[in-house]
Amino acid sequence: MKLKELECCLQQVDVFEKPKILLEQYPTSPHIAACMLYTIQSTFDDIESKLVADLGCGCGVLSIGAAMLDAGLCVGFDIDNDALEIFRRNAEEFEISNLDLVQCDMCSLDSDAYKKKFDTVIMNPPFGTKHNQGMDMKFLRTALTMAKTAVYSLHKTSTREHIQKKANDWGVKMELIAGKNYRVNLSRQLKHLNTDYTFFAELRYDLPASYKFHKKKSVS
Amino acid sequence: MRGRQTSQFYKHVLARKTPLTQRLFAVNMKLLTHNMLTSRVKGVMKGYPLLIKATEVKVNDVEFNPQFVIRMIPKLEWSALVQAAEELGQRQDLPGELVPQYEKDEEFLKRVHRVLLEVEVMEGCLQCPESGREFPISRGIPNMLLNEDEV
Repeated sequence: MKLKELECCLQQVDVFEKPKILLEQYPTSPHIAACMLYTIQSTFDDIESKLVADLGCGCGVLSIGAAMLDAGLCVGFDIDNDALEIFRRNAEEFEISNLDLVQCDMCSLDSDAYKKKFDTVIMNPPFGTKHNQGMDMKFLRTALTMAKTAVYSLHKTSTREHIQKKANDWGVKMELIAGKNYRVNLSRQLKHLNTDYTFFAELRYDLPASYKFHKKKSVS
Repeated sequence: MRGRQTSQFYKHVLARKTPLTQRLFAVNMKLLTHNMLTSRVKGVMKGYPLLIKATEVKVNDVEFNPQFVIRMIPKLEWSALVQAAEELGQRQDLPGELVPQYEKDEEFLKRVHRVLLEVEVMEGCLQCPESGREFPISRGIPNMLLNEDEV
């Protein structure tokens, strides 16, 4: 599926009817979602035939996109009934089978139970307001525990340094996707959309040389 | 048979606008997902595996992807998978232990594929083996949220 086709499909995804401010509910724009997912698959091969998790999946734009890009299975996690209801409806409309949904609270999740179970985690996490600061970091920490290969996440530009520092502390390599050469296009588009909220980061564990063969290229 | 789809497929599907009541399709909990779920009720030492009490189960037709199955097997708690399949009456010939060199055993991989991705729970609940607490599954979505006093 081409990028434009993916974006076109994602434009049909129903979004929140009554977004809940406290949960920071807002849909990931179809354009950003498509660019992000397309890059994850075409450059890193981290969606097709992989087990993918979408933390804070909301109405499911990212999950549905991942499913359309032939994830083996994409599991969406969210706390809110209403969002999951819309997600379910979306999945039914698109007749997508490689999706599962779990209702849970990411903050009280025992991420060790999911340790390295997922090949890839994708997410557009809540950033945390003054009432629940650091929510994005909590999500990130959980995501890094759950993922075996990589975490792809959207964050506010203003938090970039902070996240980089945390990544260092955690022994995780962070690569900025938006703003890199081939992806100059992506960052230009993001700027054009005037979203203060994104740089798109890929975080993966630095694997020691002896484990290089584990580096994600699918077994043929 | 559900498999790889093109964007044309999705456009076609959406254009059809099948009324809700006629939709045969639904998202339901697969055993691959169940294999990962645990109970974190306060005080529980080992909330795994969750017992499945299903009132509605469905078996789908999903395209067989051997690469994916081979990749999933090392992530699984095998005995929990067998137990879950058994609880749903869907175990069939699934062995109690992993067969050696399963990567080359297509018959075996197909059996695993079936229980991981084709058997689905639509309604029922998941029960914590230690506390007995039941987590409902409604319309295919397991609700793992804990009450305040359980956290």
